[in-house]
Amino acid sequence: MGGVLPARRLGVTAEEWLACASDLAAAGARLLALWAAPVGSITAQAVVRAALAGSHGVLVAELAVQAEDPATGDAVYPGLGTIFPCAARMQRAAYDTCKVRATDPDRRPWLRHAAWPDGFWPLAPGRSDQLQPAPAAAIDDYPFVRVQGEGVHEIAVGPVHAGIIEPGHFRFSVVGEKVLRLEERLGYTHKGIERRFTELDLFAGQRLAARVSGDSTVAYSWAYCQAVECLAGCSVPPRAAWLRALMLEIERVANHLGDLGALGGDAGFAFGLSQFSRLKEQWLRAVGAVFGRRYLMDTIVPGGTAVDVATGAGRMLAQQAHTLAGEVRALRQIYDEHDGVRDRFAAAGCATPELAAQLGLTGLAGRASGQAFDARVDWPCAPFDALAPAIVTRIEGDVAARVALRFDELGESCRLIARIAADLPDGVCRAALAAPAESRFGLGIVEGWRGPVLVAIDAGPGERVLRCHPHDPSWQNWPVLEHAIIGNIVPDFPLINKSFNLSYSGHDL
Amino acid sequence: MLRTLRRICSVGIATEPLAGSDEPLIIRDALQAQIRAILGRALCIRHVDAGSCNGCELEIHAVVNPVYNIEGEGIRFVASPRHADLLLVTGPVSRHMETALRRTYEAMANPKLVVAIGDCGCSGGIFGESYASLGRVSNVLPVDMAVPGCPPTPTRIMRGILAAIGR
Repeated sequence: MGGVLPARRLGVTAEEWLACASDLAAAGARLLALWAAPVGSITAQAVVRAALAGSHGVLVAELAVQAEDPATGDAVYPGLGTIFPCAARMQRAAYDTCKVRATDPDRRPWLRHAAWPDGFWPLAPGRSDQLQPAPAAAIDDYPFVRVQGEGVHEIAVGPVHAGIIEPGHFRFSVVGEKVLRLEERLGYTHKGIERRFTELDLFAGQRLAARVSGDSTVAYSWAYCQAVECLAGCSVPPRAAWLRALMLEIERVANHLGDLGALGGDAGFAFGLSQFSRLKEQWLRAVGAVFGRRYLMDTIVPGGTAVDVATGAGRMLAQQAHTLAGEVRALRQIYDEHDGVRDRFAAAGCATPELAAQLGLTGLAGRASGQAFDARVDWPCAPFDALAPAIVTRIEGDVAARVALRFDELGESCRLIARIAADLPDGVCRAALAAPAESRFGLGIVEGWRGPVLVAIDAGPGERVLRCHPHDPSWQNWPVLEHAIIGNIVPDFPLINKSFNLSYSGHDL
Repeated sequence: MLRTLRRICSVGIATEPLAGSDEPLIIRDALQAQIRAILGRALCIRHVDAGSCNGCELEIHAVVNPVYNIEGEGIRFVASPRHADLLLVTGPVSRHMETALRRTYEAMANPKLVVAIGDCGCSGGIFGESYASLGRVSNVLPVDMAVPGCPPTPTRIMRGILAAIGR
């Protein structure tokens, strides 16, 4: 595959698929993503892929699915749910879209709600393009797991929530105020992103990638472009790599500022919300002055970046980052000293390092639970090899740890921004690249503010996209939220949920 | 506590004349007067994300920050559609959200306004219409005002809300 990301693709048999996953898991590897692609050979109808991350790089195990279930006609492959619990929902989604089924027991639909007609598989080979949609307002009866016992009742929340947030459904089983069990149901914002990719040119897909999850637009468009550059065998000019890193850290800062304010607000500390949202606004305006937009949609394109930063503007941004870091330190002291805030944050929504390791908690939330992984550090692509970002971890795994982690990362990102602005290499910020003549596979992984964002592309001749799978770290982290809430009280859910701040759109696709 | 108070005093009031630095136009008092004349009370908004990428939500959050401070104008975001005069909808409407969106709209008392936010709300955006997406908001609900942008700036969102009230 080449490129700067240390990644290899390996075709495996069904036995090797399981052995490979369990051996690597025993050696400490994590499951980054699992997805199916309808690009099999003549004998197989699809392949399933598992991206496994170890300390030295990423292995993409690829299994051509052949076994057919005589009853349903489904292609069946061995499930990885017992080795990597986070695989379960990814496997259910792979079935909903590609009609390839894992042998694992949970066969409930995940991304499929009643609005798609039966027998319609958006990504399966020979898919029907003339879709007759299901009747409007079709509602399905999702079989939630019921908790029984004296005094147990259910609270159903969503899909529309009582705030300016994305839609999803939460089913709480509670006794009094105590949560016994939370079950999530997602998929409400499913808007056909993966199929839409196959209708766009390879060199136009970054516009869609930039809109998989708006708060991570830089991470997604960079990962998409990295995958394109990987399969086209192109390397980007040094200046472009540095500009991309600058944007990635800008995005991290903006999101951490927003979250720190919202977490203060959810803890009943309105001061924190107003102070941090003011700082975020100032930050977005500085970004707007430099890039001509407050959020960095469409700034990263295959081969480099679509925008450049003038020396003066870079210096201004570095200065702004420096001032911001000082203001954030002052606010951190206030958060740390406030008894009410401390009381709400500490020990709330705890995911222990053991639980985090078992369930594969990743990214920011993972680092707050002792999972010391950061793609910028583990597999440093340019310019992170030169920048050497410091990885921040905590072991408490509670809301307080996730808050502290954001404070620490904010400071580090401000440092990186100043460094990048000072040392930005000269030269062009975009290289020409040509589509490959034959079918190729490309992979991109970028550590967004929430965690590792993965984009995998199968490209055909003539700039065609046969399959593009964008993977959000929220896939791994949503199931952990279900565990972290157990034993907490319902009124603490908004705070705990916010401390993870997971993506719906990036997950629902 | 002292540190908090000192901070509050040193930062002062961050709220700007409406419409901020980028596109100065509207005068705060006029907006407030208009809302009072039409409604006689605060304007209540219910937001529904009908399938957006979450980009528009970030800028809708910004309109309630201390700098734009839309609540200072007597415009409030509320948790129930029963309390709302205006429905702010983002995203292409996903088929999975169609029912929830319709039910939210139906739960609102008459008269009611609908404002579609963002390129996706206006046209379906890059997602368009498909097996999973119904495209623009007006394919599902009667829309009074559509605010383009990806995402639209807070100023444009505020202006769109104002324009809908003025209709």
